[in-house]
Amino acid sequence: MSGGQTIVAQIGIILSGGIRIMIPIAFGALGCTLSERVGVINIGAEGIMLAGAFGAVVGSYYTGNAWIGVLFGLLSGVLLASVHAFLTVKLKTGQIISGLGVNMLASGVTTVLLQSIWNNRGKSDLVTGLQNIRIKGVENIPIIGAVLRSISPMLIILLIVAIVLWFWLYKTVPGLRARSIGENPRSPDSVGINVPRTQILCVIVSGAITAFGGIYLSIGDVSLFSRDMVAGRGFIALAVTILGGWKPAGVLGACLAFGIAQGMQFRLQEFSVPVQLVQMLPYVMTLLLMFFLRSSHGPAASGENFHREGE
Amino acid sequence: MNFKSVKKLSFSKLAQSPIVISLFSLILSLVVSGIIMAFAGFSPLEAYGAMFVGAFGGLSNFADTLGIATPLIFTGLAVTIAMRGGILNVGCEGQLYIGGMAAALTGAYVKGLPAIIHIPICFLAAMLAGGLWAVLAGVIKIRANANEVIITIMLNYIAIYLTDYLASYVFKADGMVVKTNEIMHSAVLPQLYPHSRLTIGLLFALLAMVFIAWILKSTILGYNIRALGQNPYAAEAGGIRKNRMILFTFLLSGALAGMAGAIEVQGVHTYFISNFSNGYGWDGLATSVLGQYNPFGTVLASLFYGAMRNGATMMDRMTKMPPDFVVIMQALAIIFIATPSIIRKVMSIFAKRRGQI
Amino acid sequence: MKGITKRFASTLANDHVDFSVEKGEIHSLLGENGAGKTTLMHILYGMTIPDEGEVYVNGHKANITSPREAINNGIAMVHQHFMLVEPMTVTENIVLGYEPRKGLCFDKSVAVQQVSELSKQYGLFIDPYAKVADLDVGTKQRLEILKALYRKADILILDEPTAVLTRGEVDDLFRVLRTLRANGKTIIIITHKLGEIMAISDRVTVLNNGKLIGVYKTAETNSAELAERMVGRHVSFSVQRTATEKPGPIALQLDNIHYIKNRVTKLRDINLRLHSGEVLGIAGVEGNGQTELVEIITGLVAASQGRIIVGNTEVPHPTPHRMIDLGVGHIPEDRNHRGLISSFSIRENIMLGYQTKSVFSHRGLIDITSSNNYAKKVLQEYIIKATGTEALASSLSGGNQQKVVIGRVLSQNPNVIIAAQPTRGVDIGAIEYIHQEIIRMKESGKGVLLVSAELEEVVKLSDRIAIMYAGEIVALDTPDNFDEYRFGTLMTGLGKRKDSD
Repeated sequence: MSGGQTIVAQIGIILSGGIRIMIPIAFGALGCTLSERVGVINIGAEGIMLAGAFGAVVGSYYTGNAWIGVLFGLLSGVLLASVHAFLTVKLKTGQIISGLGVNMLASGVTTVLLQSIWNNRGKSDLVTGLQNIRIKGVENIPIIGAVLRSISPMLIILLIVAIVLWFWLYKTVPGLRARSIGENPRSPDSVGINVPRTQILCVIVSGAITAFGGIYLSIGDVSLFSRDMVAGRGFIALAVTILGGWKPAGVLGACLAFGIAQGMQFRLQEFSVPVQLVQMLPYVMTLLLMFFLRSSHGPAASGENFHREGE
Repeated sequence: MNFKSVKKLSFSKLAQSPIVISLFSLILSLVVSGIIMAFAGFSPLEAYGAMFVGAFGGLSNFADTLGIATPLIFTGLAVTIAMRGGILNVGCEGQLYIGGMAAALTGAYVKGLPAIIHIPICFLAAMLAGGLWAVLAGVIKIRANANEVIITIMLNYIAIYLTDYLASYVFKADGMVVKTNEIMHSAVLPQLYPHSRLTIGLLFALLAMVFIAWILKSTILGYNIRALGQNPYAAEAGGIRKNRMILFTFLLSGALAGMAGAIEVQGVHTYFISNFSNGYGWDGLATSVLGQYNPFGTVLASLFYGAMRNGATMMDRMTKMPPDFVVIMQALAIIFIATPSIIRKVMSIFAKRRGQI
Repeated sequence: MKGITKRFASTLANDHVDFSVEKGEIHSLLGENGAGKTTLMHILYGMTIPDEGEVYVNGHKANITSPREAINNGIAMVHQHFMLVEPMTVTENIVLGYEPRKGLCFDKSVAVQQVSELSKQYGLFIDPYAKVADLDVGTKQRLEILKALYRKADILILDEPTAVLTRGEVDDLFRVLRTLRANGKTIIIITHKLGEIMAISDRVTVLNNGKLIGVYKTAETNSAELAERMVGRHVSFSVQRTATEKPGPIALQLDNIHYIKNRVTKLRDINLRLHSGEVLGIAGVEGNGQTELVEIITGLVAASQGRIIVGNTEVPHPTPHRMIDLGVGHIPEDRNHRGLISSFSIRENIMLGYQTKSVFSHRGLIDITSSNNYAKKVLQEYIIKATGTEALASSLSGGNQQKVVIGRVLSQNPNVIIAAQPTRGVDIGAIEYIHQEIIRMKESGKGVLLVSAELEEVVKLSDRIAIMYAGEIVALDTPDNFDEYRFGTLMTGLGKRKDSD
């Protein structure tokens, strides 16, 4: 690919590249949004994504079926999220330490299992990945064509999850109650809503959503697992959650913007910019965004474990 | 102490002692890790045995253990001093890379100094660089009013890529390997035990421990840091300048982490090579938590982790268990420490068994 | 409720208390801080489980172990600290937990309709679409009451309902309570305000130190008797005023202070002159700018406009550090928030704010011996009950904690003392001691700015009183020129300004 292409085609390429970048981060951010809305910060998003990525590869490896891999990935993510939920809600572990512990566990366990399954400490074998959906005849639509030509099923799942999450949070009764817990858990508690149970359930679901991000990274993109492949995307997702204002729509928008900006920057590689500097960019960008867009306040009770008086 | 008074030692009082809690968390994490090992098909006894031999079997191994623990002490102290000031510095990894690079460059390009001056100057460079890198996180934190965890982690990645870039392009030494030029002989840390990783760096580490403990206990600076960490509102009302203190705490913390990088560069490698740190920053977090944010506890925990790391290589050789398993043990340890109810429950089970409550 | 006993750690909060309320009455539960009233009601509402005793509702034994069960028994509680979700609407807050549904979805229109009907029925007017964060305190309380009524409560427990209301809002509340009573509801009010008990309740139960003292018909008793029973001894309401000498030079001056926060004007046109040797009381219901005023004077927050002058020194950029250096001592309104570091020792808390003084440190190094001796002296002088200077602040009682803060400030001999809610949450013995100290400070030539929501306290101690309403000083006069009526109208913003400087 070179400068011989038209501007429109270039935009299309950037858009599709941006979406590719956005998908894992968006899943992570949606998961974190749900979790923080119910009052639990999930610093362990990075670890959950890693677990999801690994589980997906394992599932696909043993069954040859990518969708079973997805299932395995979900289970792994849910398992890890349950640990975080149990620790923070039931045992009142500090939320940040619990999250960091979850990350370390995921990192350690996946590396150890990498060794025992494939006898390789760096990466796994290639496995059956998720096939993109190819739509014929759209190649010629300007800009969107590049995207629509080959859509990852994960993108569709992402959109569905985002819509369902939005609907659930703002239109349903359980969503209303969940949001109230994140703002002032004493209020729902004093009217008899079971705060711990709701929190645990929501964190587990948020773990599943986040795990999708990791699943995309492995079998949705490169069809293998490599050590530490999440590379900080879980933390970027946390930052994007803040920037998106803890709303599904805002978060999705912020992720898309982030992805496109990054996509544009990757073009810089064409101009012989050293690879390390390009690799730095997502993290630099996150910091710049945090610096210039002062974060608004999130759910008021997010980050603090909820105690009844006298507990 | 006669037997009667020993019996009188109520178990619940024992449970209040922070040392006991840390020890318990550690033992618990070893036990649970052992169970996980067994599930994965390894023999915990074999694995732990190999680890012990690797860490303590023979003077040479023991020296290596201490040598590996040295940078851990620095990162552990870095996290500790930050935590006492109410700041979670998860950016030690990045800070030690920046510090290490500074030490490598100062060591390689400043010529004509005797070792007794050159070594401290390299240290100073590392402390300054690491400290400023941390202060950067502090500035962003204050300006963005955001949690420092995300900020410092982003800076970690940036630091790793930045120093990699410097080592690959700007300051690259000739030859195939991506690294900087060798530092001058005058900057190399003398070893305390031949052909080991144990250098005089350990002495500096212990000095740092004393220094940090002293700051916290006996100085107004330490008082201000602690006050801010315990109750920032009261500290503010008491005239303590919050933002100034936050930045200074970051500076101190980053400087310590930078020292870890300097120790590795000047003591082990004699040049800067990318990815020389194998998670020393994260270990610092674990040892600090395990040491309950106390300088002495942190050092003890660091020595233990040094032993685990050193022993892990032997464990790998003997049992094929990857050294990353140690990360799992660390995760469990910090989770147990941060969950007082688990420890209390286990201790009460013990107490009931012994017939005391 | 029969024989209710509840122990918290080493405190006997309720000691075999019998408590009964008749249907359709307004019943007050009176006691000092720590008498056990809130604990008793928490038991009734299922937030706490008693160690002993039984509860009967409408003759049937009720086993209430959670708020849900209390609500099922028709009991609802309106807490002192509102349990509201600020960013949500009135409707959402009222129906939370009992939401009308359409399948899984929240049926907003039905909810709004129900809330409107309910509010009309009881005369509690409220906008169903308003965001709670935008409401004032009185409306929020109405919201809490509507919450209880929505859940079909017949017995309402109100915990210190008038603590944050203006006179006018209190009258509104009483009107509502009478309407509820007329509708057959039963109301229990937890309070320590005697005037209001006499005004609204039918009967009153008095608790002291966890024990039941007695149940009385309000028509057959008076404030003084109740006060005595509540406290266990004779309480004097008469004001002891020492003959004030001519006030000294101006110790603290505020010129044209304006303060805008989040586009809301919190303080407007504040002009104050505090003289040495006088107590200037700032009266008013909480939330009218007193907190912000104190924050600006003590340097915690910067005013948007105006000057602050301490003695003869103008302070262009006040910071806590600067103000403390200039001799302005601050007794914060919330000792747990701004005052003490609970995990620090008493000695270290006494140092807070003055840690660089030579008695505590030299050139950055703490002088342990000297600071220890100093702390010991403070413990003695201010009669603080503690095991020693190294005892943690958290181990002290509320009154002793407050004494530590006061001792810290007064022992440093400040020229100006800003005392904000100095006797809040403090038992009667300590209250009298603190009042004595304030008079002593005044008599030794200090200027004391007393900010308090307790009107009796302000009247008792001040040489001049300023009343704050909606961020402005609406009156400034000597106590003799005020009466209950004038206080009432000014504190609710109806009065006009009269200066006597």
